[in-house]
Amino acid sequence: MSLNNDDPLIVKIRGVKFTYGVRTIFDNVDIDIPRGKITAIMGPSGTGKTTLLRLIGGQLRPDAGSIEVDGQNVHAVSRDALFQLRKRMSLLFQTGALFTDLTVFENVAFPLREHTRLPESMIRDLVLMKLQAVGLRGARDLLPAELSGGMARRVALARAIALDPMMIMYDEPFTGQDPITVGVIMQLIRMLNDTLGLTSIIVSHDVHELTMICDRMYMIAEGKVMGHGSPEEMKGSASGWVRQFMGGLPDGPVPFHYPAPDYAEDLLAGASRT
Amino acid sequence: MMDWLQRLGHSSLGVFERLGRGNLFLLRVLAAVPSLVLRPRLVIAQLYSVGVLSMTLILISGLNVGMVLGLQGYNTLVDFGAEESLGQVVALSLVRELGPVVAALLFAGRAGSALTAEIGLMKATEQLSGMEMMAVDPVKRVIAPRFLAGIFSMPLLAAIFSAVGVLGGFFVGVGLLGVDSGAFWSQMQAKVDLQDDILNGVIKSLVFGWVAAWIAVYEGYDAVPTTEGVSRATTRTVVHTAFAVLGLDFILTALMFGND
Repeated sequence: MSLNNDDPLIVKIRGVKFTYGVRTIFDNVDIDIPRGKITAIMGPSGTGKTTLLRLIGGQLRPDAGSIEVDGQNVHAVSRDALFQLRKRMSLLFQTGALFTDLTVFENVAFPLREHTRLPESMIRDLVLMKLQAVGLRGARDLLPAELSGGMARRVALARAIALDPMMIMYDEPFTGQDPITVGVIMQLIRMLNDTLGLTSIIVSHDVHELTMICDRMYMIAEGKVMGHGSPEEMKGSASGWVRQFMGGLPDGPVPFHYPAPDYAEDLLAGASRT
Repeated sequence: MMDWLQRLGHSSLGVFERLGRGNLFLLRVLAAVPSLVLRPRLVIAQLYSVGVLSMTLILISGLNVGMVLGLQGYNTLVDFGAEESLGQVVALSLVRELGPVVAALLFAGRAGSALTAEIGLMKATEQLSGMEMMAVDPVKRVIAPRFLAGIFSMPLLAAIFSAVGVLGGFFVGVGLLGVDSGAFWSQMQAKVDLQDDILNGVIKSLVFGWVAAWIAVYEGYDAVPTTEGVSRATTRTVVHTAFAVLGLDFILTALMFGND
């Protein structure tokens, strides 16, 4: 299906600049996502990791620079071509974004019903296969409100692979989950990536989990790429940013204190007021 | 003074900006409508939740309004010895004004607010965004069927409201107050004109349905995707629809019945 299957890079981000109001989210960012691998995008909260996924998916437009997915410039192609491209990439939202009025089965069947003309019996088989892959075939008749957070994410994952995409983007897949669910999701990401020949992009700040499953890591902070490489390379990085983040150190380039006037002066200013 | 003028200017610009965005949005919705010809089921499902589920409210309200009309109309008419005209008074009031207007106001409260809250929450929980990422246009899949269902349901609900209201007027006028049954119906039949009264009423309710559905889906789609944002949007739907319906009703009435 891919147009440039030989190209080892599935996503090429070049010189991307993005501002939100007066805040610069990305300033001249270059990122390469290799085909068939799991790439992690890490960074402190509020660095625009989710924004990056929306830029790749074409929901947001960069102020400068280009983003190529499978050889196509996401922001230069027509709306139809973008929709065609989106059928081949999935974005797994942090909340799962399941349709609350549809059952688990119908949620997974949704992309099939919208984009294919398959007979009902085949849709049923496909949906059950996808649900079996995430271990929730037995939960097919439940409504999203009846699922735990971890189950909702697994259903969303089944829906994301319904059309056999070439790439899945995960937005904070581990956040707020118990250790068992985190383990299950980690295993699923790795297994689906390898058995389905996918490319995975994980946006997260769970360093420990990421070092265990990803092949490459990018660290973003203050709108820039602060470092990238394999998990081992990142652990031995010379960059203060990367070391603080990988080691979870409380102080470093990311200061413990929010910018404030001098502490002593601040206290004395209060005393002189009474 | 300058400050006040500045604020006035700022808020008027805001109003026009919203109006402009609302119109652009309407164009997108209308462009999506033809694709529904192939998928009538999407509209039918919405017709149920927008129209059928509003029926109880419409039936009860229509009956009450009709009974009040019967009572008040009789009290006034009997002074002139014209209580035989009660049927005409009840039917004309309902078909020309109360049916379309009250049904539209009830529609905004029952169905419009629900549409806004539903769409707003779908936006807040990233369901619309998720749909877009699955290469499905939410305007086609979610908005357009609800908009069409609103337009289709409104004239039907208004007609049901008027019909039940006439029955309510009949129960009170003929059943309780002793107006002659034959006079009640024959006066109504003679004085209510198909084109002047009933057709104009239907046109009114079509216009109101259009406006109410448009406001409801737009407010939902444009809502700030937070709990507070959705609650504000829901309130705005009801308030703006009420203003729009009452304002348009005056204009339409002036155009339709101004030369009588």
